[in-house]
Amino acid sequence: MFRNQYDTDVTTWSPAGRLFQVEYAMEAVKQGSAAIGLRSKTHVVLGCVNKANSELSSHQKKIFEVDDHIGVAIAGLTADGRVLSRYMRNECINYSFTYESPLPVGRLVVQLADKAQVCTQRSWKRPYGVGLLVAGLDESGAHLYYNCPSGNYFEYQAFAIGSRSQAAKTYLERRFENFTDSSRDDLVKDAIMAIRETLQGETLKSAICTIAVVGAGEPFHVLDQGTVQQIIDTFETAAEQEDPATEPDAATGQEAAAEQGTAADHGGSTDEGAAPMDI
Amino acid sequence: MYPYVTVTSVVALKYKDGILMAADMGGSYGSTLRYKSVERMKPIGKHSLLGASGEISDFQEILKYLDELILYDNMWDDGNSLGPKEVHNYLTRVMYNRRNKFNPLWNSLVLGGVKKGEKYLGTVSMIGVNFEDNHVATGFGNHLARPILRQEWHENLSFEDGVKILEKCMRVLLYRDRSAVNKLQIAKITEEGVTISQPYSLKTYWEFSAFENPTQGAVGSW
Repeated sequence: MFRNQYDTDVTTWSPAGRLFQVEYAMEAVKQGSAAIGLRSKTHVVLGCVNKANSELSSHQKKIFEVDDHIGVAIAGLTADGRVLSRYMRNECINYSFTYESPLPVGRLVVQLADKAQVCTQRSWKRPYGVGLLVAGLDESGAHLYYNCPSGNYFEYQAFAIGSRSQAAKTYLERRFENFTDSSRDDLVKDAIMAIRETLQGETLKSAICTIAVVGAGEPFHVLDQGTVQQIIDTFETAAEQEDPATEPDAATGQEAAAEQGTAADHGGSTDEGAAPMDI
Repeated sequence: MYPYVTVTSVVALKYKDGILMAADMGGSYGSTLRYKSVERMKPIGKHSLLGASGEISDFQEILKYLDELILYDNMWDDGNSLGPKEVHNYLTRVMYNRRNKFNPLWNSLVLGGVKKGEKYLGTVSMIGVNFEDNHVATGFGNHLARPILRQEWHENLSFEDGVKILEKCMRVLLYRDRSAVNKLQIAKITEEGVTISQPYSLKTYWEFSAFENPTQGAVGSW
């Protein structure tokens, strides 16, 4: 995408009928570190890659509990994500207070989308620079939605957003038909494996990924590091025995792995690790 | 603040297939029995039935609020719908908030319904007191009908038995409540929907010796 004379204001259309500011906002999502989500009939799992700035710092929180039955994973401007999470929490708690009943996910998602749309039609605002994967449970079952800065939202069986998400999407595309009937544990395993795809050869360990689950009888919560590491260990050993060829030089630096990964990676987004705006 | 045109008790119970509710059709203007065809039970949305006692105009106002609530619920067009529990809690919030502003809606409400096989029966008063139970009543019904219900209610009543118990309660209310009239409706709500009966009357017997000689054996000045 290149600069042009129609991209200064969000309220300016281009002759081709595009709103460039909105599209630039969606670029910000593509630059953020990856987040994935997948669902079965009864559970939804969210996962994300947490890159810390340096060894000295903590990593960004990208998964938020919105209510007992709803959680969200974000990619892009995490500050925008936090503000939207606070809005979602507010909506949920107000509904619960008035109706003593959990807010149906589908309605929350529409409210969120309408909020994002407002920012695409006011000259004094800018679009939210964050994509949200909303996972939730309601009367009609388990749901996974993706909310876009443009104000659009879609429901998914499985999805990935952020940098190198195409690798995860390819993995999920191969297997999504089985997800509906997956057990909770298999779903978590698939989520971790999808995260691994986005790491492009870097060692997968629980310190750099976060997994959260919501399901029938299981309120939304983030899995603790120990549990995640255990699951990683179970299939890392299996993978080693199964397919030594797919374990590339994990020992070499991240940059080298990123360059090698370009072949599998989708063009169009930069391959560097954590984007500056993700911090 | 005081009510002008009032209606008397509502009695309701849970039975095998849902909720049964009874209310008479009298509207009093003070001590005059002015209106004889007041409908006090209305369906709300797909899953609920509301019965009210107290000021009629406030009941009509509540119906307008609920109309709007259900309209917005339907406008989402998403397969979700407000069940009896949600409507009951919404009403509780409304009643309590009005009470806090010293401008109450002068009603006692009974909200019953069935959603996804789950039966629900609750009540809210004009000051916001709310609870759920297997059988509820408003006004005089609390004093005259609830004791009968406590004795005779059991889980999984048939429709006929439920109606019999309600008629027993309504008969006592007819004998003893000055603002009751002998013209009532019984409404039922099940998973399939709401049915409100045509108005009918109860058979009464006034020749009890206790009625003929009310002061016999009475002690005290009243």
